[in-house]
Amino acid sequence: MSERSLYRPEDTRFEVDVEALITRLRPLLPAEGLITHEQGRRAYECDGLAAYKQLPLLVASPETVDQARAVLRICAENRVPVVARGSGTSLSGGALPHPQGVLLSLAKFNRIKEIDPHRRIARVEPGVRNLAISEAAAPFGLYYAPDPSSQIACSIGGNIAENAGGVHCLKYGLTVHNVLQLTLLTIEGDRITLGSLAPESPGYDLLALVTGSEGMLGVIVEVVVQLLPNPLTKQVLMASFPTVEAGGHAVAAIIAGGVIPAGLEMMDRPAIQAAEDFIQAGYDTQAAALLICELDGGEAEVNEQIRKVESILREQGADRIRVARDDAERARFWAGRKAAFPAVGRLAPDYYCMDGTIPRKHLAQVLKRISELSAAQGLRTVNVFHAGDGNLHPLILFDGNRPGELERAEALGGQILELCVEVGGTITGEHGVGMEKIDQMCVQFRPEALEQFYAVKAAFDPQGLLNPGKAIPTLNRCAEFGRLHVRRGELPHPHIDRF
Amino acid sequence: MHTSSDLTAEIAEQVREASGAGLALEIRGNATKRFYGRQARGEPLLLTEHRGIVSHEPSELVLTARSGTPLTELARRLAEHNQMLAFEPPSFAGEATLGGAIAAGLAGPRRPFAGSVRDMVLGVRIVNGRGQVLQFGGQVMKNVAGYDLSRLMVGALGTLGVILEVSLKLLPAPQAEQTLTVNEPAARIHELTEQWLRTGVPVSAATHDGTRLYVRLSGAASSVAFGKRQIGGQNFGPAERFWRELRDHRLAFFTCRGAESLWRIVLPPAAPPPDLPGAWINDWAGRQIWLRTDAEPAHIRREAQRLGGHATHFRGGDRTMDVFQPLDAPLLRLHQRLKHAFDPAGILNPGRLYAPL
Repeated sequence: MSERSLYRPEDTRFEVDVEALITRLRPLLPAEGLITHEQGRRAYECDGLAAYKQLPLLVASPETVDQARAVLRICAENRVPVVARGSGTSLSGGALPHPQGVLLSLAKFNRIKEIDPHRRIARVEPGVRNLAISEAAAPFGLYYAPDPSSQIACSIGGNIAENAGGVHCLKYGLTVHNVLQLTLLTIEGDRITLGSLAPESPGYDLLALVTGSEGMLGVIVEVVVQLLPNPLTKQVLMASFPTVEAGGHAVAAIIAGGVIPAGLEMMDRPAIQAAEDFIQAGYDTQAAALLICELDGGEAEVNEQIRKVESILREQGADRIRVARDDAERARFWAGRKAAFPAVGRLAPDYYCMDGTIPRKHLAQVLKRISELSAAQGLRTVNVFHAGDGNLHPLILFDGNRPGELERAEALGGQILELCVEVGGTITGEHGVGMEKIDQMCVQFRPEALEQFYAVKAAFDPQGLLNPGKAIPTLNRCAEFGRLHVRRGELPHPHIDRF
Repeated sequence: MHTSSDLTAEIAEQVREASGAGLALEIRGNATKRFYGRQARGEPLLLTEHRGIVSHEPSELVLTARSGTPLTELARRLAEHNQMLAFEPPSFAGEATLGGAIAAGLAGPRRPFAGSVRDMVLGVRIVNGRGQVLQFGGQVMKNVAGYDLSRLMVGALGTLGVILEVSLKLLPAPQAEQTLTVNEPAARIHELTEQWLRTGVPVSAATHDGTRLYVRLSGAASSVAFGKRQIGGQNFGPAERFWRELRDHRLAFFTCRGAESLWRIVLPPAAPPPDLPGAWINDWAGRQIWLRTDAEPAHIRREAQRLGGHATHFRGGDRTMDVFQPLDAPLLRLHQRLKHAFDPAGILNPGRLYAPL
């Protein structure tokens, strides 16, 4: 894939004396903790969005909070950009390095400090993997609820930066609903505690503000999450629909019927076929849409709900409904869905995963428009999504080696996101804006709202050193993208610094 | 028929004028929580006429309404569709509005079991201190575009923006509800509630009044019945009224208060009760203590902090002093900068949350 400059001139306005910086950082870090040679830095050039690559100036990998704090202080003093990175699984380029900046790896902060089963909390370092928390809690019958698809690899610090979701957030919430307390280092070197183990903390809800802020406001060095008791019982059912519309209506009818499933996922025919070819989960390949519904809770409640959901599905025209009989079958029902991305990966050399969220009622209409837009770009799109919360993951198939296909895939991706905004949704449900969707932010937000974001950013990071060029577009970028209302060639509010 | 009117333009204009003139505004709904926070000052900016439900899609579990809409109007509309605001916002005396509920961020007995006010906020439309009308978040469950400035409005007491409109996540109303009383000491409230929750009992409130433990069960009829078998205890008849009066501070504990102050102390799970003089009600399975006392504020705060929580001088006492737990220096500095980012002239509810904000 072609290597392009993703940063804009205003994002790369820093003047960094790399030799002087190395001299300052070297004594602060352990011997292996500062990577300067190109080969070593190459390992950090991209995150989960591999199409975007950028070598960092340096990589710093501290082992203690004091070291991390010292690195931030030096960077602030010398006006050096800092990009924090956990496991590097971001799908939006959130951890894409800055060409003039230090890539701050938090991978060595990987200890689980405390599991308190009595209070149902886990205190962990930011580099701890999402799944490792649930594994550590399992002996106590507890788990950490948010389960992004990369949970085997992604770090909790990155989950907070992106406000990660997953299959079960319909019932159990996003990261923001499951984190109790954060310790944050500011770029100025302050160490502050946000949130509390108590139900609230005094002052503004900075915990919510920092969650999902994509590394733009501070660096997280400790996290306390709440743990939930394992569900007492689980039931999974699978329903086939003759049309995508009918599947979409069934989703709305289940929710309107007063049932909140633990998970409610939908796949379209190409996705069903790809999954079936890949792992033979026993999916109905004749169906136009497949709905997988997981219900959990106390036994009496789940039994009552499963009857209710079955009758709703039948009323909504499901051709075939299967309730998994045992754990093995439940796992099989999920297996195809969970393997959907790698399965789709076999259909084309490359795919591009989108992440828009829409009001559920527009599901059928949006899917139809997506297939029209795909056809117009001469590309194929496969749909797998968190139907219960309207979070779509259209996978655009393309071949990066064919000239122009990546660009067409990106253009189609942009059109799909703009469609999501048009029907009252958002350009990103759980993957974050990062570098990937930054142009579409100009569609979703008016200049005044963007200016409010700049002001919030400046409150935490007055010099604009944390993750520059990501998450919130500059007005210049929007003007160039053509989505900003520019009158007589003048940008609105020319007096405002645009970083 | 309920009135519905959109006064966005007028409100924004009033803020712009005040901002230009540097005049403080006191943002006011029906003033049911005027006693709360530090002393209000400034010209009243009235929001009660800016009201009405903008949209409610039962199958989306989302409601959007203007800030002046009374909570009772929302509750009636939601009840028609077997839905509810899961955080049970208090009304206190009178017709509390949606805007006030969000700005105060206070939740009722269901909070530890169903989520807090900010947990349910999906999006807001506000006027910032410059008089700009801004929209953040949206009407969908998952949205990570831009900083989460919607949830930041919860509990900010109007110091960052005038709330115009709020979109909230709803929950289905429980099919069945029953309250039991159990003769157990308050010291066991966390342990017992945990034990019940882990066996699948649908607990939706757990409160101790010093004499008895009150447990509310909400859910499918079968699971409420299961819960009752697990817990035992006695049926409590006037349950609906009890929970409403607890939420709205109309129980005798709250209304017979003499000269002493009412404090709210929130604590981590499983914290022991604070060692403080006075009468108390223990709510949220031990995580929220209502305390009537004339003990020294500094003493109360130290004790709350020792237990890992914090204390709010909820009613009474000197409202020109700190009523919320003071912030340490780096955190306060960040609060001041944020306040400046939204309201550079410092005109929106100045001093209501903390003196410098």
